[in-house]
Amino acid sequence: MPSLIDMRRRLRAVKSTQQITKALKMVAASKLRRAQEKVVATRPFAIQAKRVLASIASRVDSAAHPLLERRAGAATGNTLIIVVASDRGLCGSFNTNIAKAVAGFLRENKGRTMALGLVGRKSRDLLGRRGFPVRFEYVNLPKAIGVADAEAIVAPAIEDFLAGKIDSVHLVYNEFKSVISQKVVMEQLLPMAPIETPSDAAQPAAGEATEYLYEPSAERIFDILLKRLVEAQVLRALVESNAAFYAAQMTAMDAATRNSAEMLSSLTLQMNKIRQAAITREIIEVVSGAQAL
Amino acid sequence: MAIPKSLRLEFVTPERAIAHEDVDEVELPGEQGFFAVLPGHAPLLAALKTGPIWYRKGNDKHFAFISGGFTEVTADRVSVLAQVAERAEDIDIARAEASKRRAEERLSKPTLADFDAERARIAMLRALTRLQVARHSRTRG
Repeated sequence: MPSLIDMRRRLRAVKSTQQITKALKMVAASKLRRAQEKVVATRPFAIQAKRVLASIASRVDSAAHPLLERRAGAATGNTLIIVVASDRGLCGSFNTNIAKAVAGFLRENKGRTMALGLVGRKSRDLLGRRGFPVRFEYVNLPKAIGVADAEAIVAPAIEDFLAGKIDSVHLVYNEFKSVISQKVVMEQLLPMAPIETPSDAAQPAAGEATEYLYEPSAERIFDILLKRLVEAQVLRALVESNAAFYAAQMTAMDAATRNSAEMLSSLTLQMNKIRQAAITREIIEVVSGAQAL
Repeated sequence: MAIPKSLRLEFVTPERAIAHEDVDEVELPGEQGFFAVLPGHAPLLAALKTGPIWYRKGNDKHFAFISGGFTEVTADRVSVLAQVAERAEDIDIARAEASKRRAEERLSKPTLADFDAERARIAMLRALTRLQVARHSRTRG
């Protein structure tokens, strides 16, 4: 039976752990709100960019752009997987789910040459030493995730794709579904999905001036637009993953706080039992000592 | 076709929307020079460079900084899709000053091993434009 002092010590340890998990839960909750706002803030750009893209695509030979090119090897050839995880832990199965999804994908496609682009320290910790070539690492994301981060992640992917070293690029991240659920999603980043041209919106009514003036040229603008769209997609993945991380951390820390409360009550009960037993023993000793006299 | 009375400005960056309102006039830093847009402008798609942008509603003039991107103009709408953009009042002057000094320092030491003149020049341009936009709007009140 553990001594009273040992019990007190354990009780104190659990209590201070509970304080930490509680504090982390609060911090995650308040950061979650800001992270969610960021997710919402990325939407207008995507809407505007898609609209402009659709109207350009109906006017230039869109299939010719290299970022849209579907090579014969797109489904079988060399692939780069960009894995977005978090920098920090204490967030339940957030990162292991990502690692599992990637490992599963790698197993299913054994014949293909895969390279990894690892975003977030945890993706490096979980996937960096599995023997797959790592094309780039992007760890220690800043607190305020911005376009610059998306640019830095997209640059090597676009470079390799245009150079023909890889035939497709995939993006894996946690999507923020709700505060209690995150979903691992895998998207194809390159080649880009074919542009849908809405049949009515893209064809303006007769009599309206339909032809654009281009400055400097339609091809250049199309080129910029496509790159920006890829970057915007990665940025969205980053902010989604960030929001999902705080949601996962909040849920995990909430569970931890509840578990420690349970542990505290059972430990307290046990401690009281020991304390009582000790008191009883002492009384018996005193009584039997008195009888002996 | 009747000329519309105002322009709908959709000013966005991948990170957030900057402005979404009806305006009377917009001036943009095109890659091939500045241009102003009034209601009824011919449809135009233009690439934009680092520079100041302003838009006006009546006598109410707003300044902003943009870097990289492009714009789509139609008779009654201007969509500005910038890579980076900040409203004049949101510009961090101290930060811009610091990055200007950093760029100056790098440009003055072209012998450094990792010297990248182009990058330093672009950083300089950004810092100077930010300062210009911030000061301009502040002096005008």
